[in-house]
Amino acid sequence: MTALPTSIDAVESLLSGQGYVASRALATVVFLSLKLGRPLFLEGEAGTGKTEIAKTLATALGRRLIRLQCYEGLDAASAVAEWNFAAQMIAIRAAEATDRDHLKAELFTEDYLIARPLLEAMRPQPGGAPVLLIDEIDRTDEPFEAFLLEALSDFQVTIPELGTIRAPEPPIVILTSNRTREVHDALKRRCLYHWVDYPSFDRELDILHSRAPEAQAQLSREIVAFVQKLRREDLFKRPGVAETIDWAKCLLALDVIALSPEVISDTLGAILKYQDDIQKLQGSEAKRLLDEVKRELVPA
Amino acid sequence: MSPTYPALDIPDDGKLAHNIAHFARALRKAGLPVGPGRTLDAARAVAAAGFDRREDFYFTLQAIFVSRPEERATFAQVFRLFWRDPRYLDHMMSLLLPQVHGVQEDRAAQAAEKRAAEALLDGKLPPPPQDSPEGDQIEIDATATMSAEERLKTLDFEQMSASEIAEAKRMLARLSLPVQPLKTRRSAPSTLTSRIDARRTLRGAMRSAGEIATLAHKAPVTRWPNLVVLCDISGSMADYSRMVLHFVHAVANRRGQGWARVHAFTFGTRLTNITRHLRARDVDAALKAAGSEAQDWSGGTRIGQCLHAFNRDWSRRVLGQGAVVLLITDGLDRDDSTLLARETERLHLSCRRLIWLNPLLRWTGFAPRAEGIRAILPHVDSFRAGHSIASLEALGRAISEPSDHGERDRLLALIRS
Repeated sequence: MTALPTSIDAVESLLSGQGYVASRALATVVFLSLKLGRPLFLEGEAGTGKTEIAKTLATALGRRLIRLQCYEGLDAASAVAEWNFAAQMIAIRAAEATDRDHLKAELFTEDYLIARPLLEAMRPQPGGAPVLLIDEIDRTDEPFEAFLLEALSDFQVTIPELGTIRAPEPPIVILTSNRTREVHDALKRRCLYHWVDYPSFDRELDILHSRAPEAQAQLSREIVAFVQKLRREDLFKRPGVAETIDWAKCLLALDVIALSPEVISDTLGAILKYQDDIQKLQGSEAKRLLDEVKRELVPA
Repeated sequence: MSPTYPALDIPDDGKLAHNIAHFARALRKAGLPVGPGRTLDAARAVAAAGFDRREDFYFTLQAIFVSRPEERATFAQVFRLFWRDPRYLDHMMSLLLPQVHGVQEDRAAQAAEKRAAEALLDGKLPPPPQDSPEGDQIEIDATATMSAEERLKTLDFEQMSASEIAEAKRMLARLSLPVQPLKTRRSAPSTLTSRIDARRTLRGAMRSAGEIATLAHKAPVTRWPNLVVLCDISGSMADYSRMVLHFVHAVANRRGQGWARVHAFTFGTRLTNITRHLRARDVDAALKAAGSEAQDWSGGTRIGQCLHAFNRDWSRRVLGQGAVVLLITDGLDRDDSTLLARETERLHLSCRRLIWLNPLLRWTGFAPRAEGIRAILPHVDSFRAGHSIASLEALGRAISEPSDHGERDRLLALIRS
């Protein structure tokens, strides 16, 4: 188990040690979240590294990562805990033959409980408090958000038959949202909020270097400049950093040394995920953007 | 995007906590939801972070005070102003005030002018526009056979006199838009189903020493879908859109009739979100606020462009979780119809049901000749008239029936033939 970082600089170096290039703003909120023991609420476009930060933190701190993927209709049974009915029924049958008095005390104990992510995160873990990632919270509905309030403000969950289970050491909680709907203020208020933006040119280049180090410097610069240009176009879904990395890996797999309009047309599927966007970018439009990129990169 | 960090002049007289409280008050004035809890958190966070770089201080406060992306710009502004000179902010605020007053007075004067004009005309409004012969024929038939209220129900909004409009508005306010609830994946105790609730059954068994005497049952919980209204307010639609917005206001403010949330947008040459304004209880106040927000009343139409803007900026935020879309337009678009077709298709793909209300459908001989109409029609689930109270009442019945297509299939056959 690694000790928690003691300064913002320490957070930055901890993350970059794992190949995650964080902005100063992100490093600050991560540090505050660790220091104050508050959940971290990350909102932003898809593919900007929201989920990745939880994975990176867990690896860097040597903690266990527990992930709760949200979906519409997610309920307490699949988020906290469920009773193992089959085992309970067998216990009842067994008790019928022997001792019925102990049945009540035994049947609703942790032995018959199937722990789901939230309960798992409240339990002590060998490596220290785990990192709990509540992914895409905007996909659930409001009743579940309200349920999360208890779990996130007091780090405890209540199971009616068993009572309240408190985390001996609060987990490191990271919530992410793609903002497909507005999450309630009551939940946001309990968290530290950070909007994850698309990175600047230099930072995206750093990210690409650390994630796809085998790409040559010139190609990396072209890729990043092109994607940055693309984000300024009128697209239905703008490419995220994840798409930049994917695209770079695609180009490397094709042994591409420099971008050309044909290569871009062939591999557009790696960065644009909507047919409308791809159609818009195919052919002359891609060439225009590429020419602009090349013009801008020459003096640098 | 690389933010530029404002210059800091933090006073070093040991009053930092005091200043943070002041700063929080300034943010509240600027419209951010900042309570005392957040101020305490901020003081704690600043103490915890410690800062030797000025942007750390900025990000620390931002992490506490900002909880929506659009608040970041306000925060940056207030931060820059406040930590430079606190009095500067007051000065700026006071500068803003007279402008606000000016705008309000201006609007009040306009409204008053209209009232004055109405008083002078003494209710003598110019005659309603003449309709085609078939349309007239039907209306005359209606007057002969129905009571006054019944007649009003089928009367075209465009042909109503001022007093009829007032009466129709009262009827619209009583109108509701019933809807079928959606099933969710959650379940709740119920006695009406055959699905066994194992957890409750066993808990019940514990009361009788492990003897399962009764089986507990459960059923899926239902919830209400969201409604998204896209209302055309261009010149050709002006009379209808006003009445339809009355109807939308009634639907949005009726509690307990279904519809979890009602989002409303208007479009003419640009898209405007008027959801916030519709929350006002008074319908006139709500529509007035919406009217001043949407500046393209009675202008031209660019349906394709506006739907594109909606798809890009709003569809992912308001169309989740099974929303029903009500598109109210006459489909008369002078722009490129391929764009319109593409955007309507995208809209149709992202919602559960797309219902098109078109006031032109009141004509018995209506044929989909306009290019805009031909572009939209193949992509809607249902196509209905929306020119009178009776047609809006029928809409309520249609929404409850998932298989309703309105007039769509008949008109599609006309296009193809």
